[in-house]
Amino acid sequence: MPGKSLILGLETSCDDTAAAVVLNGRSVLSNVVSSQDSFHRRFGGVVPEIASRRHLEIIGPVIDEALGKAGVNFADLDGIAASHGPGLVGSLLVGVSTAKALAFSLDLPLAAVNHLEGHIYANFLTGATISFPVLCLVVSGGHTSLLYMEGHGSIELLGITRDDAAGEVFDKVARTLQLGFPGGPLIDRLAQQGEAGSFYFPRALMSEEGGLDFSFSGVKTAVLNCVLREKEAGKPIKNADIAAAFQDAVVDVLVEKSFLAARKRKTRHFLLAGGVAANTELRRRLRRKMQEEGVEVICPPVELCTDNAAMIASAGYFYLRQGRTASWDLNAVPDLRF
Amino acid sequence: MQVVRSADEEQTREIGRILGRIVGPGTVIALSGELGAGKTVLAQGLAEGLGVKGPVSSPSFVIMNVYRGRCDVYHFDFYRLQNAEELEELGLEEYYYSEGVTIIEWSNKFAETLPPERLQIELVRDDRDPENARFLYFKAGSAVGALFEKIVEELKKRCLC
Repeated sequence: MPGKSLILGLETSCDDTAAAVVLNGRSVLSNVVSSQDSFHRRFGGVVPEIASRRHLEIIGPVIDEALGKAGVNFADLDGIAASHGPGLVGSLLVGVSTAKALAFSLDLPLAAVNHLEGHIYANFLTGATISFPVLCLVVSGGHTSLLYMEGHGSIELLGITRDDAAGEVFDKVARTLQLGFPGGPLIDRLAQQGEAGSFYFPRALMSEEGGLDFSFSGVKTAVLNCVLREKEAGKPIKNADIAAAFQDAVVDVLVEKSFLAARKRKTRHFLLAGGVAANTELRRRLRRKMQEEGVEVICPPVELCTDNAAMIASAGYFYLRQGRTASWDLNAVPDLRF
Repeated sequence: MQVVRSADEEQTREIGRILGRIVGPGTVIALSGELGAGKTVLAQGLAEGLGVKGPVSSPSFVIMNVYRGRCDVYHFDFYRLQNAEELEELGLEEYYYSEGVTIIEWSNKFAETLPPERLQIELVRDDRDPENARFLYFKAGSAVGALFEKIVEELKKRCLC
């Protein structure tokens, strides 16, 4: 591909319908995501747009907006990228089919991006210089995975959650404490006013045999039990203290496992990704701990941490540069792994 | 209806494994119970009994996970869903009547959409030991009556009910 390459990325693996235009895999020209927290809050909870019909209805307008904001036309594009898994098959198919139709009709190369791998590429949009190999922690409502990336296209899964994802327990604990939605930022804020030492919640799989896997269902249940116990005893529920102690437990595990990974695999850079990467305590403690190993932590801005299409466009750019084009029989793969 | 008491998380998982070894293709297993009741633990045991290798994680956010064991295992979670139309959009019914086993967490949120011929398990905290022990209330539609009896027989053999 010549010096200037514009990729249109599409992301429809779960709730969000998203489209973005990215230049040379590193500069975001536009990044449009259909669902916003403000919309969710009005309904007092997550309103999933899992309905594939919904994706179908708005993917056209979302693409138009992405092109408009970037100030480009279909004719200016050099490639199309879409996430093809993991995710909900009906939702994924909307993005995959749209991408195929666009690539075919515009005679452009097509890239099929793994959604989790896409998250890693949000870091390539930060302007930071990243040198391979890198370690990456993808931590969101649906995923908690530690990955090792030797270079573009070469990824190894080092650890994964065995039950709940970290973001999921943030949401469920916030619900237990009746904090509202979205749970992650609310707990993050509340925890700053609390005393983490007031309660102790378990850190699971911290022994050698747990390896680099995670387990967060135990800490969720422990918080629940704690709230029930305090209520039973007629004590006022100290939400801020519980939030701080809970966050402390989750962050401890995430930081410790990341550190273990960094000890096993020497890298210069450690990349954070996924919605929970926005957590201030996680960022702060991970940075501090990684300094001990001389590893620099890179974090995308919040809007690139959560699901978006700019990260897919960036990954797509690097896929296409390596000649990894998808064929016309591309399908959605709901249980896509590495 | 049949009640089983599980002393702790590990026993809940074991009950899941026993069920997983018995149930066959086309079975719909609807789980209900509060946060932390052990629905995912039971589902993990079920999947293991069905021959699924590797971790079975909570589908609360991703809504559905697919695994391959003796047959396909569809692991659903209604936790985040707000209305029954979303279910319809997901094409859930196709899974109910497929050759796989369907496990649904938070199934009580949209009980009216579930097929009548299902195995229903409600997990309730035992107040005498609320942090660990659970009662599992089993119910089944008439067409899965034979399967239900087999399950009860197997659980009795192991002195679980």
